[in-house]
Amino acid sequence: MLPDELREQFAKEIAQVENPREKAIDVMYEIQRNFGYMSDGAMIEAAELLSMSPVELEEIATFYNFILREPVGRHVIRVCDSAMCWLDGYQSILDYLRSRLKVEMGGTTDDGLFTLLPVCCIGYCDRAPAMMINRTVYGYLTTEKIDRILQTLVDQSKTSSSD
Amino acid sequence: MGEYPQVLFQNRKPRRIVTLDEYRQSGGYQALERIIRGKTPKQVIERVTEAELRGRGGAGFPAGKKWSLVPDDAPFPRYIVVNSDEMEPGTFKDRVLIHADPHTVIEGIIIAAYAVSAEKGFFFIRPSYETSAVILERELENARQAGYLGDNILGSDFSFDIVVHRSGGRYICGEGTAILNAIMGKRPNPIKPPPYPTVKGLWEQPTVVNNVETLAFVPHIIRNGPDWFKSLALTESGSGTKLYCISGKVNNPCCVELPIGVRLSEIIEEHCQGMRPGSEFKACLPGGASTRYMTPEHYDIQMDFDTLSEVDHRLGTAAIMVFDHKTCLVAATLNLTEFFARESCGWCTPCREGLPYVRDLLWRIENGEGREEFIPMIRTMSKHFWNAYCALAPGAAGPIESLLTFFEDEVREHISQKKCPFK
Repeated sequence: MLPDELREQFAKEIAQVENPREKAIDVMYEIQRNFGYMSDGAMIEAAELLSMSPVELEEIATFYNFILREPVGRHVIRVCDSAMCWLDGYQSILDYLRSRLKVEMGGTTDDGLFTLLPVCCIGYCDRAPAMMINRTVYGYLTTEKIDRILQTLVDQSKTSSSD
Repeated sequence: MGEYPQVLFQNRKPRRIVTLDEYRQSGGYQALERIIRGKTPKQVIERVTEAELRGRGGAGFPAGKKWSLVPDDAPFPRYIVVNSDEMEPGTFKDRVLIHADPHTVIEGIIIAAYAVSAEKGFFFIRPSYETSAVILERELENARQAGYLGDNILGSDFSFDIVVHRSGGRYICGEGTAILNAIMGKRPNPIKPPPYPTVKGLWEQPTVVNNVETLAFVPHIIRNGPDWFKSLALTESGSGTKLYCISGKVNNPCCVELPIGVRLSEIIEEHCQGMRPGSEFKACLPGGASTRYMTPEHYDIQMDFDTLSEVDHRLGTAAIMVFDHKTCLVAATLNLTEFFARESCGWCTPCREGLPYVRDLLWRIENGEGREEFIPMIRTMSKHFWNAYCALAPGAAGPIESLLTFFEDEVREHISQKKCPFK
């Protein structure tokens, strides 16, 4: 299922290190960047490239917060629920996201644009409450700010789909 | 406000990253040139040992001593692991440091590598710090172009390079041995020493694991000397400055560089511009989520490893999380325990089973279903945490045990009123 181009890129990167499995996370991140998540097929192919058995890669994949084994929306929203964000409005931020996106925690919007996930402390306690969308962090969240952020992403998706 | 010497933040600019040239203009990379031209690895270790530089990642282990634990006749290759996992709630200093002046970190790593004759370094970074990872990859390339990294550094026979290793994201990866498994692409359970990583670490080879902030001090110690470094601290026993990151119910949550030994009251009142309007200081976790609640009794304490341990507290990462009188500490402890329960790697029983057990009891107390006997049950269970394999569960015991020690009345109120009195 992985395109030849990607397979070649991985083979090249893996050849540069002494121990192939050192690249396990990088390979999975790159696959996720292309396909959103690690499908069963991608797991098997990635494991082979990394000289690992699929189950060895599975025990790593399922261990990590940022490796996804199920399909997600184009934008994965992770809301920090650790102490300092909790202290500063995590619950109202989460409630607002749930009602605005009409999804529960773990769910994906009908248009496939957003998935809502929990995340523990992301290290932006000075800008609480905070969340991540894909790899970008947003702090000092308010409902107005969330509106602006989400609207920008919705607009972007309209432009890119009409291309 | 007290003006204190800035070491790691001396070049810090508002809203932008210090460039390689700016770092050099402030004396950057002179320490590396000096040691490469005329100091043996042993001399470097001696200077850092004399400076009494203690690990800034939480444990406070002396950096020079750690480096000297790599045996003289240890095999090659040897590795350096730079720990920027920083997943402890409340802690964000490594991010601020990398974004402020990345080259003080890079130079520190190269000098550490020289001291232990390492040939490869792994910069371990968590997923939410992707910006830091990108900054570092760019600045490492700049350092390479300038001859500070790669083969034959500054024309010498010393060769060393650093790769950025992205984490899949799990708190346990910051543990000093789990990080090794993480880098090797194995399930990141901690490895119980001995042998210590300095003897057998990555791929069974000698490996030194240091925190980012610890390493960033090294060039400055080499340049200005151990006595200068020790004199920066305000306590007799302390050494150097520290990055304090303060969050919670203060007006200005921030990351500031202040001397070791600065008073907690000064940090809150001057550097954080005091408590928020309508908030009174109730307690703080002085060094991240795995330290004990510190009450107003110690509001004026000098923030140093030794002064805190004398009163049964820990400086940890100096991530000060401030709670006000309107915050329910049962709920706060429940949140912290939830974090530890979720992030436990599950390898050993006291942590895997004990943490969810205590979390459930705290949940019941917070939600009006608590009973008197839960209090001794939580006490007993959190003592078992100390039988765990690594420091995660004993760390988790910090807030739990201190909640029952200092705020037992508040816990009992929840039980007797059958609800959270703060709601």
